[in-house]
Amino acid sequence: MTKSFDRTELGLIIALPILICIAFVLPKWIVNYVQVSMGTGLVALGVMIQMRAGLVSFGQGLYFCVGGYAAGMAAKFMGISDLFVLLAIGIIAALVLATILGFLLRRYREIFYAMLSLAVSMILFGLLSSTEDLGSTDGFNLPTATYLGWAPAGETARLTLYIITCFVVIGCAIALNRFLKGPIGYINEAIRENELRVEYLGTSAHKAVHITYVLAAIVSSVGGVLWALALGHVDPEMTNWTTSGQFVFVSILSGVGNIAAPLIGTFILEIVRIFAVEISPNTWQMILGTVMLLTIIFLPKGLWSLIAKKKKPQKERLAASAPAAGE
Amino acid sequence: MLTAIAITVDGLGFAAWLFLSSVGLTLIYGVMRILNIAHGGFYALGAYSSAWAIGLYTQTGNTVALTFFIIPIAALAAGVVSGLLVERGILRFMYGRDEVLMVLVTYAIFLILEDVTKLIWGTQSYVAWQPAFYFGTVDVFGIPYTIYKFIIIGVAVAVGLALFIGLNRTRIGKLLLVVIEDREISGALGINVRRFFTVTFVIGATLGALGGAITAPEISVSPGIGAEIIVLSFAVIVIGGMGSIGGAMLGAVIVGFARAASVHLYPPAELFSIYLVMAAVLAVKPYGLFALAESRKI
Repeated sequence: MTKSFDRTELGLIIALPILICIAFVLPKWIVNYVQVSMGTGLVALGVMIQMRAGLVSFGQGLYFCVGGYAAGMAAKFMGISDLFVLLAIGIIAALVLATILGFLLRRYREIFYAMLSLAVSMILFGLLSSTEDLGSTDGFNLPTATYLGWAPAGETARLTLYIITCFVVIGCAIALNRFLKGPIGYINEAIRENELRVEYLGTSAHKAVHITYVLAAIVSSVGGVLWALALGHVDPEMTNWTTSGQFVFVSILSGVGNIAAPLIGTFILEIVRIFAVEISPNTWQMILGTVMLLTIIFLPKGLWSLIAKKKKPQKERLAASAPAAGE
Repeated sequence: MLTAIAITVDGLGFAAWLFLSSVGLTLIYGVMRILNIAHGGFYALGAYSSAWAIGLYTQTGNTVALTFFIIPIAALAAGVVSGLLVERGILRFMYGRDEVLMVLVTYAIFLILEDVTKLIWGTQSYVAWQPAFYFGTVDVFGIPYTIYKFIIIGVAVAVGLALFIGLNRTRIGKLLLVVIEDREISGALGINVRRFFTVTFVIGATLGALGGAITAPEISVSPGIGAEIIVLSFAVIVIGGMGSIGGAMLGAVIVGFARAASVHLYPPAELFSIYLVMAAVLAVKPYGLFALAESRKI
């Protein structure tokens, strides 16, 4: 791989024990928010890796929901409550669905990709909202998770789930970081710049998009399973397009520069939401929209670019001034 | 037999509503290449201002007949004011950016408009049923329908015709078609493309507001209607081919009948059926039924 150890990876590994320590130091409500935003943060990661290829998924909530509902249904109808089995079921469900849908979606780019992914997620929304066995629009509850036969209760259960969530999320982030730094990750960036040339160079853009789509789906469904277990509840709102819109919002706000950015962005958004809803509940979306507009206008590469620019100004400036040939 | 009649009339009703709500979206996309998510916001603004104005007016106790003037006036006011503010205030600084980025920009505007509606009219529901029952009902093979439903169908046909004639038979309309065909060349020929953008956007926004205003008497106007209509409108214009007005008409009929059929035959499939139709159309024609052919610019 790389000659020196990846700095992002190092940062993520250092973050792991810190995240776990938080559970014992900070008040309970903050820890809960960290846990919840780790679940949704994974979905934002899924949106972000697609954005690297220039594809905006306005329906990533689909896999968030598939993960949550797959785990929920396994628990409800088959009585499975083992976290690792539930995770596996969520991943398999997302893998199968994304592989099939990928054949359709990989043909589309730009707004067609955005709208088609939105439409597919709304199919599930319509289906779930009218299925009474699954609680229609109210959804249903999940049991407390067990771990390989061990069934903790109360405070222990909460802590165990939190710690395992930390491990899974950091693990996913490291895996995706390696994916972005690997061949397909670079092909994706080339697709964003000029897809035709990628094809001329002898690589299948369709295949790269398909693989990225499936990976994004898997990460999102893992997020969905963890989120559902943390809250103990799932409902169709998970796959509504407004939920997916928030994931897109996070990816825009934090930028696609670094794998950690969407995770941090989700947490900040979650915290801002608590205060905004407390202070003036009817202007929360207005704040979101305004921040999003300002980000697009003034910080097209997201908040992360503020940090990244300071680190390596020379390289950035060179890249910016290089003429974009053939445009 | 009865079901078939019910599906036909309801299908036409849905189609009229969908066409009015989505034709502005397809017009804006055709001319400006902006997929305007904020369209849902215009729809909600139109619905709210119409329901609110009708409510205020009927409190005075005067004849209900005049509410039929209130509806278009409310739509015009809501559409022109909000359309101009959005276009002049935000969008004109963003022209020439990436299409996907514009989707995100309009999504941000949609979020802002949602809260603007909440700030102006609060979060409670508005019901303005008076115009819907003013003309009473008519029996179609034994099934009673409000005449208002047929008025909406008539308005939809009239709007469709007006747009068709306006685009194909007037000087400005023909110039607009040139802009749709090729923005750069038309600019080079001396057409003020920017002014066409403003006019188109305001017309599109007003049409969206009209869709909301005219539906307001039939529904309970409450928060969230904008988010609902936008996904339906997307389905309509994607089926028809984005940017094509004839396509929006056909798309509205297809989606309207699909919805009416599922409502009468198997209600749980209502939302589901619409997107199933959309997926089926896209599987055969990836860019919609009436999609404009586009040359690949390398």
